[in-house]
Amino acid sequence: MQILTDLILKIPGADGMSDLVMHIICAAIMATLMFIVMALCALIFTWMERKVAGFLQSRYGPMRTGRWHGWAQAIADMLKILAKEDIIPRDADRGLYVFAPILVMLGSLLAWAAIPWAPGFVAADLDLGLMYIFAVSSMAVVGILMAGWASNNKWALYGAARGAAQMISYEVPLALATIPVVMYTGSLNTQDIVIAQQGGMLNWFIFRDPFLFVAFFMYFIAGIAETNRGPFDMPETESELVAGYHTEYTGMRFAFFFLAEYANLFLIALIAVMIFLGGWWAPIPFLDFLPPALTFIIKGVMMVFLNMWVRWTLPRVRVDQLMHLCWKVMIPVTLICVIGSGIWMMVSGQAG
Amino acid sequence: MAIENIKTSKGWADQDHVPGLKSELLELNMGPQHPATHGVLRLVLLTDGEVVYKVTPVMGYLHRCAEKIAEGVNYKQWVVYTDRFDYLSPMTCNHAYVTALEKVMQQEVPERAEHIRIVVSELSRMASHLIALATFGLDMGAWTPLLYCFREREVILDLLERISGGRMLYNYMVPGGVRYDVPKDNWASDVIDFITMIENKKLKDYNELLSFNKIFIGRLANVAVIDPQTAIDYGCTGPVLRGSGVKFDCRKDDPYSLYHKFDFEIPVGMGEKGTVGDCWDRYMVRVREIEQSCRIIRQALESLPDGPYQAIELKKIVKAPAGAAYSRVESAKGELGHYIIADGGQTAFRNKVRSPSFCNLQVMEKVGVGLMISDLVALIGSLDIVLGEIDR
Repeated sequence: MQILTDLILKIPGADGMSDLVMHIICAAIMATLMFIVMALCALIFTWMERKVAGFLQSRYGPMRTGRWHGWAQAIADMLKILAKEDIIPRDADRGLYVFAPILVMLGSLLAWAAIPWAPGFVAADLDLGLMYIFAVSSMAVVGILMAGWASNNKWALYGAARGAAQMISYEVPLALATIPVVMYTGSLNTQDIVIAQQGGMLNWFIFRDPFLFVAFFMYFIAGIAETNRGPFDMPETESELVAGYHTEYTGMRFAFFFLAEYANLFLIALIAVMIFLGGWWAPIPFLDFLPPALTFIIKGVMMVFLNMWVRWTLPRVRVDQLMHLCWKVMIPVTLICVIGSGIWMMVSGQAG
Repeated sequence: MAIENIKTSKGWADQDHVPGLKSELLELNMGPQHPATHGVLRLVLLTDGEVVYKVTPVMGYLHRCAEKIAEGVNYKQWVVYTDRFDYLSPMTCNHAYVTALEKVMQQEVPERAEHIRIVVSELSRMASHLIALATFGLDMGAWTPLLYCFREREVILDLLERISGGRMLYNYMVPGGVRYDVPKDNWASDVIDFITMIENKKLKDYNELLSFNKIFIGRLANVAVIDPQTAIDYGCTGPVLRGSGVKFDCRKDDPYSLYHKFDFEIPVGMGEKGTVGDCWDRYMVRVREIEQSCRIIRQALESLPDGPYQAIELKKIVKAPAGAAYSRVESAKGELGHYIIADGGQTAFRNKVRSPSFCNLQVMEKVGVGLMISDLVALIGSLDIVLGEIDR
């Protein structure tokens, strides 16, 4: 934010602005930037997902659009989807139906604000950063529930009910898995969390103690469930519920859900990098020459690849098995991680 | 245990929990446009949340009056219609029809033709089972096995194209033989190479990727159990019956063609991961049948005799003496029977088809009760129905 403020001050006649105006301008620029980055990410990841799926399934994926490995496929799809007719079912609850995709989108967009891309480069440097991320990203549940209810379609309703149950449940282990990290850092500020992992790979939180190592995997699994992707894609389950909560959506409204899914995917990966995998710090000193933001994004993309790998390999679990996994396995394990990490901190003298 | 409770109790939705606030079961229309119904099957479900109370299969969306057409076209022309019954294994459908027809015509078939028929039938069975595995994986949310199985099926289609000229619908068998001889360009050795690859490598891959995957087993073990008595009562055949542990296969128990000459086993469900007759058993029977098909093909090709591949010259019109005959073969889906009543003319007086998918589907009404919607999808997938055969 400071960099941005300095930049704006260089514009002639900007000196006389009040702090409030300055703040609003900064926020608007930052928000636009985040939105562009997010939309770009969604574009790139849709292409990447097709290529990864193709790679895993012994085929090529898109090859034609844009000549080189179908790089323009996502753009072509986006244009196509923009040109689609926007259908609102006759008996749908119009207000909710229109508002739902915006809410889902908003949830992930807001969460992106607190991601620390590089030292000092964060849209919203909040003291409660991590908590804020989890708080706003759970707004998506409301959006999904609204979408399913407003569509006036039984399959969509099923998808929404499943989605709500799943996302609310998995937020618990997701948040619990991050608590040991917060205990180590003594802060919920996203920048502080990354700064605490300075000094090589062994200082990353994932390698700090065995409980954190387990907590990372718990976070990863819960993250897959939170982003509604296979093997936990209950709200969609295209072979069971047709297309889940967005069955009736077309055109740009559907694209919003789509965009939000990929934005969430990257968001969850970035949070994993931020709290467990050293944020913008390079794994070995040799790689220090890389810009921090680039290191951060590369790590994030690797996490996304891992997520896609899992999605394209495993069958889907059943909805009750999913709940069973959450409440009877993951929550106890993450709780043990919290307690274990606390004891480890006391014993090893790292308690803050 | 839970299923029994659901079947007997009135259920949550039927009771008035809040005075004055009535709750009722949700009627849900699954299909005919639904990704998991394998075509245009429609299921009317009565659900309470995720649990299904009543399943009513509704059929007829793909009805093409094939049996009526049989009364209008001559015997040989109807072979093309049998291709379109079970379009995933048309060779076995061809086989079923021509065996029945030859029974009516009292037509002998040369030994070489029988061998070729068995080879192409078993290849077709493998192709069908590969699709069954693929789509079953897809129903369970595993996308990748779909592409792997289709990759192997593609090789089978190529092989069958080389021998018959068609990739999907072959119209290959004729009364008294097959339409074309084995191609001269190493077709037989290519088939042997292919089945060796399947036996040694591909089946292991499928098993690692899908069959013994923990999530997959968790989804299928003890789900939608068809006990042996139910399977027999409902007239189930094929992998559905054998998955329930009943060792019945027309190739062994009512040998047709030259199957009695070959050495192979009939895999049955043994309840390895759960109860006998659960979805996993039915799935696994298909995997093991692919292995057995490979064995049969190898034997049939290695002992392929010389001689004619057709008993009679290919004529446009064949006639059958008045009479009736029923003949059944083991198609990929089960017992496929044809009952032909001939009146001495060029066309059949009546041609009744007993299609395995149709009978297998009926069991859903009983077994589907008390399942969750996700399990119902597993049940449909494990029955491996083809709508072209159900509606005809």
